[in-house]
Amino acid sequence: MKVLVPIKRVIDANVKVRVKADQSGVETANVKMAMNPFCEIAIEEAIRLREAGHASEVIAVSVGETSSQETIRAALAMGADRGILVQSDAPLEPLSIAKLLKAVVEREQPGLVILGKQSIDSDNNQTGQMLAALLGWPQGAFASKLAIGDGKIDVTREIDGGLETLSLKMPAVITTDLRLNEPRYASLPNIMKAKKKPLDAMTPTDLGVDVSPRIKVLQVTEPPRRSAGVMVQSAKELVDKLRSEAKVI
Amino acid sequence: MSVLVLAEHDNAELSPGLLNTIAAATQLENDVHVLVAGHNCRPVAEAAAKCAGVTKVRISDDPRYEHPLAEPLAALLVSVAGEYGHILVAASKFGKNVLPRAAALLDVAAISDISAVESADTFVRPIYAGNALATVQSGDTPKCISVRTTAFEEVAAEGGSASIEELPPAEDPAMSSFVSQDLTVTDRPDLSSARVIISGGRGMQSGENFKLLEGIADTLHAAIGASRAAVDSGYVSNDYQVGQTGKIVAPDLYIAVGISGAIQHLAGMKDSKVIVAINKDEEAPIFQVADYGIVGDLFKVIPELEAALRD
Ligand SMILES: Cc1cc2nc3c(=O)[nH]c(=O)nc-3n(C[C@H](O)[C@H](O)[C@H](O)COP(=O)(O)OP(=O)(O)OC[C@H]3O[C@@H](n4cnc5c(N)ncnc54)[C@H](O)[C@@H]3O)c2cc1C
Ligand SMILES: Nc1ncnc2c1ncn2[C@@H]1O[C@H](COP(=O)(O)O)[C@@H](O)[C@H]1O
Repeated sequence: MKVLVPIKRVIDANVKVRVKADQSGVETANVKMAMNPFCEIAIEEAIRLREAGHASEVIAVSVGETSSQETIRAALAMGADRGILVQSDAPLEPLSIAKLLKAVVEREQPGLVILGKQSIDSDNNQTGQMLAALLGWPQGAFASKLAIGDGKIDVTREIDGGLETLSLKMPAVITTDLRLNEPRYASLPNIMKAKKKPLDAMTPTDLGVDVSPRIKVLQVTEPPRRSAGVMVQSAKELVDKLRSEAKVI
Repeated sequence: MSVLVLAEHDNAELSPGLLNTIAAATQLENDVHVLVAGHNCRPVAEAAAKCAGVTKVRISDDPRYEHPLAEPLAALLVSVAGEYGHILVAASKFGKNVLPRAAALLDVAAISDISAVESADTFVRPIYAGNALATVQSGDTPKCISVRTTAFEEVAAEGGSASIEELPPAEDPAMSSFVSQDLTVTDRPDLSSARVIISGGRGMQSGENFKLLEGIADTLHAAIGASRAAVDSGYVSNDYQVGQTGKIVAPDLYIAVGISGAIQHLAGMKDSKVIVAINKDEEAPIFQVADYGIVGDLFKVIPELEAALRD
């Protein structure tokens, strides 16, 4: 079974993002980029499935600018076998990404697609669910544990009340939550080896997918800032202030 | 065209976020329908019919909806979607699971986590962990939207008298099934709708120490939350996590104990009315958003705070 892992290049989680003065978006020039953390978890899980003998090949696919090759190389260095770049200079909406991924799935015929649950830049939390819909496959979103059985996969999911386990027919789409695993670091020899692993490139046109946007971003603004308040010296003073000044208790 | 709101429930009770989602719906249209899909869920439909602003409740009561599986629920939404200009759901794990699936089946975009309605086609949503606000316009019909419930004042749960209509179940894709669940049992209020929250972070050092927060939570009728670090370390379960990738909360009072205040945590609580931080490091970023801060060892401050609250 092949496992396909869609990964996204995003602004590093530790960067404090700045809104551009012209309100067209956020500043991306000279900003540190990284693999979306949920995608790292997805790559890690796919590699573990291969190491456990459940998967034969792990394919990392990214939709984005040429620079996304770097992100794919990072996945190859972690242990993915091969990469695919779907080149697009404009950032695409989850529906378009899902359509492109569907076309890749039709070519590669994986038994499982593992995505992150959420891009930490656009905070959509949509692509995996949309891909599952387009493929007519079941979905296991926000997974914290996977158990592969005979023609099915049991997925434990993080839900608002705790945990829920579902059984899905394979092939299936999974999206990762934080507790699924702790991604490994790539070792130096593996980073070197990754440079020689195959990385194909294609375009939305090659895949025959219409990626015209449905949503117009009118403006991107900075949220109202909270300002720091006061320091209090004791628990008693705090309770006094909460009662008489803030009036919240 | 009418607005459809998909209700989250456990076949017995509505999730509180429905009231805020209805509030967002009433900003779009006067004709607001609520869809209750479940099994033996009549009481839920009756409760939904009483919510202010609701004109009609549609109930689909069938064993295939006993558990909120994305595949059959999305199919049901698709079966009625043609009647609606907007389909709304709370941006909970439930909503985020089902809505994008339905949107893709309908070949429309989904808009996640809106925090304001500008007009019937224009919405505001936080991106980059709330460090930017995007105003987005959608040309699709229906518009599939998940609602950040903390950004909308809830409607009254009583006073309405909507009609209740049966909706036949849609085709069951039968590709997933429920196996088991492991839910946190608590008498405390729900994190997403609590008026007061006290959250612990890595500074708590153990799950055992989270008990220290219980006395204060009892006195203030507070929910207990946590940072990702506290969840990852196994101090408390995943449903406690507040933040960009956990729960978004906005109580009247949020008390952060032993939490440094990483961007991802702030994303989940910075819209709280009053924030209190207790941290031994005076440089901790949490103090930059706190209305009141105490620099000190939480193991000393928490018992003192509990005592002061009892006074
Ligand atoms: C993709 C991604 C998603 C994330 N999502 C979330 C999320 O949803 N929610 C979230 O919370 N985080 C999230 N994080 C993690 C976030 O970046 C931080 O790592 C996390 O919030 C830190 O938790 P903390 O403040 O408890 O721990 P730390 O940063 O380790 O802070 C512990 C604090 O406790 C204080 N302390 C220690 N001992 C004491 C004592 N005895 N008395 C008083 N103070 C004490 C310390 O001074 C310190 O400030 C995410 C990260 C990533 C990459
Ligand atoms: N441009 C992209 N290329 C490849 N995968 C993507 C892309 N955008 C999103 N994804 C996948 O979809 C997941 C969820 O993203 P989102 O729906 O944008 O929150 C990510 O963690 C990735 O696995």
